[in-house]
Amino acid sequence: MAFLVLIFVFLVTFPIYGGDYYMLVLVYILMYIVLSVSWVMFSGPTGYMSLAPAAFFGVGIYIGTILGAELPLIVAVAAGGLGCFGLALLVGLVTLRLRGIYFAIFTFGLLLFLTELILYLEIHVAGSRGRHVFPASDEAVFYIMLGICVVTLVSAYLIRRSRLGLALQSIGQNEEAAAHMGINTTRVKVLTFAISAIFMGAAGAIMAPSLIYIDPFIAFNMRNSFMPILMAVFGGMGQFYGPVVGAAVFAYTERFLRLQYPYYYMLTFGIILIIVIVFLPRGLVGLIPRLQKTRLIAKLLNRGKEEQHADT
Amino acid sequence: MIAISGLLTGGIYALIAMGLSLQYGVARVLNIAHGEFIMLGALIIWALVIDLRIYPPLALAIAGPALFGMGFLLYRTLFTSIKNRAPTLGAAEGNALLAAFGLYFVILNSAVLNWGALPKAYEFLESVVWVGGTAYRLNRLVALVIAVVAGVAFYLFLTRSRTGKAIRAAAQDPPTAGLMGVNINRMLPLCFGLGAFLACLAAFLVGITTTVNAFMGLRYTIIAIIVMVLGGLGSIPGSFIGGFILGIVGSIVNYFEPTLVLPAFYGIFMILILVRPTGLFGQRQQ
Amino acid sequence: MQILEGRDVSKYFGGLVAVSNVDFHIDQGEILGLIGPNGAGKTTLFNLISAALPLSSGEIRFKGQKISGLRPHQICQKGVARTFQEIKIFADMPVLQNISVGAMFGTLTRLSQADATRVASQASEFVELSELSAVPAKDLTLVNQKRTELARALATKPELLLLDELMAGLNPTEVSEAMELVTKIRDTGITIFMVEHVMKAIMGICGRIIVLHHGEKIAEGSPQEIAANKEVIEIYLGEDTSARN
Repeated sequence: MAFLVLIFVFLVTFPIYGGDYYMLVLVYILMYIVLSVSWVMFSGPTGYMSLAPAAFFGVGIYIGTILGAELPLIVAVAAGGLGCFGLALLVGLVTLRLRGIYFAIFTFGLLLFLTELILYLEIHVAGSRGRHVFPASDEAVFYIMLGICVVTLVSAYLIRRSRLGLALQSIGQNEEAAAHMGINTTRVKVLTFAISAIFMGAAGAIMAPSLIYIDPFIAFNMRNSFMPILMAVFGGMGQFYGPVVGAAVFAYTERFLRLQYPYYYMLTFGIILIIVIVFLPRGLVGLIPRLQKTRLIAKLLNRGKEEQHADT
Repeated sequence: MIAISGLLTGGIYALIAMGLSLQYGVARVLNIAHGEFIMLGALIIWALVIDLRIYPPLALAIAGPALFGMGFLLYRTLFTSIKNRAPTLGAAEGNALLAAFGLYFVILNSAVLNWGALPKAYEFLESVVWVGGTAYRLNRLVALVIAVVAGVAFYLFLTRSRTGKAIRAAAQDPPTAGLMGVNINRMLPLCFGLGAFLACLAAFLVGITTTVNAFMGLRYTIIAIIVMVLGGLGSIPGSFIGGFILGIVGSIVNYFEPTLVLPAFYGIFMILILVRPTGLFGQRQQ
Repeated sequence: MQILEGRDVSKYFGGLVAVSNVDFHIDQGEILGLIGPNGAGKTTLFNLISAALPLSSGEIRFKGQKISGLRPHQICQKGVARTFQEIKIFADMPVLQNISVGAMFGTLTRLSQADATRVASQASEFVELSELSAVPAKDLTLVNQKRTELARALATKPELLLLDELMAGLNPTEVSEAMELVTKIRDTGITIFMVEHVMKAIMGICGRIIVLHHGEKIAEGSPQEIAANKEVIEIYLGEDTSARN
């Protein structure tokens, strides 16, 4: 617990001594933590694979850009989150009553659909393909992203330990049984999915100023679905801190490799995802229970031997 | 003009959707990298034609089996081990989906690194033909004929031949099919590879009628998925018919507003999910 | 008082008739048995009652209220619980947590986590599973997994309990224990509707039995009446021995 406080203090005071470059890197790491933790919030326990993070992130960018020009930054960010809540509610209500495959399909196609739809609207309604984004101070972006990250982590933690978390887990274990035990499975799924989208949208809204100029192809990028998923799977979806580990590792690496080896690094990441899925589906963190189990068995064996000796 | 265009794109859609349907319906892998296979086929054929000066249909004869082999091996290694290591069927499908997602990035970035991001084209049967007062390029008419013939041939293969019936049985009810003597272990990679082959055939048709580039895949994947849902998940004949329907619809929308074609497809998709998720011919209950 | 009533209940899958115009009723406090050859529609009927599947036609009423058309979680909260033929426990969760899911969501009153755990412990004790509370359900033996599923259903505080082939796969000792447990459950005031192939259990504890064949109800009566019924004997003699265990 003290460790967490220390990290928090470090982060909060970072802009003072950090320097602009590292502050930007940190913002990216925080952004990816938000995306991967919120992805795990829903897809982790239920097993319903959402491929929508990039879609919500992009919607957040647009809401943030459009509203942030007139309204205070915080309001724009909140609106980004709220807007994505609504969109996710819609998507969830349509697809989560059905088998998981429909949900996966719909979320996958959502990105291209929104790209082309918004392209049409921008050209015909707004008059141009792209937009300039309002400027914002680096410190403001940093602190708001930090705030979003904290809220995301706290929410994920609370949900996990709550009634909702137990319901989610039950759905993931056996959805039909869960429904027969009194769980309104559709409501639980839709609600959780919508909540997870809030953070993705907010993160998009606050990242908009850093992009300076956006168009549908910049805002909606499949990479923004891929990276959180890679981080979550690599770090581990079962535990709470798994995605954080994955996010820190890959966010930093990406920033570093992106400039030097533009397409090679994505190729490598793709291979890594495949390897992790095959050999380590529970992620890095998932190795821990396996290690614990072997120690536990050893302990049990020893206790058994002790009881034998006690009887004789 | 719209009709010819609609039938041509419809035929292409039918082929890619049947391919995806084979991969999902039988091998139970939602291959979201399907479009990347199409792209790969298209670029390999392009490279064979331009760099090695191979006659395009011959290039298809080389690339098609190559892609088939690639799909076959991919299933035998990657997706089989995912299936074997997963605790439940649901987890296996979920992991396969994510693995396909990874595959999407691997194939896409490999292609960009190898061939660059610029559009590519080659000439084949470019002569102009007059049909009923309108001018068409010969390659579009030939592609149309090939698409329809291939689609019908495959449809007949599925419904008449023994292997075809075995495939349909495996798509509808894998355990029972296994009991009935269908060799599931050979059927699954075979169907996955066959799906990749159909992707390559579609890629050939795309390649002779329009330009191709490394980023063309995603759109085709999504269209294939929508057609598959329209026809009914698990029904390969359904994908055939659904492909033509969507092709014609797309052609009509394209006439009025080209940039709204995919949103229109998605709108149909949304209505489908709301009203009749099983699609036209889908039968799978739970 | 009739706690469950089904009128003209039918279920079609395309052209296939799974359940055809079945009328049935259960009186409060009964143990009603449902038997029939494989494929007769027994589990389908349970699926219709618990709303795992929608009815094609007909009506089902619980304590006078129509429940056909509701969703499974609503029916559970009204007081109908069930177990499943293919055991549907939450495999990775420990036993006590499995049971507490039933406690927490299965009633109309919202329980706190502490209260739910308490109810779960009581249910666990009732089925004699207290020692295995922390064991992940997937690591249990078959009979203990069945106990877990049973306790989980009991934790939802049902008035009517549907048991789908509880005894399947149990050895004779386990079957006797299960029979005692089922009677013990009835004695707490819960009505029981059970599908079974194990004849010893059906004849032993059921007060009344319904027989389904090809989706239709062909006989109804006391165990003695059913045992003497010519039609029932014919369809069972025509079946292989798996039905006569």
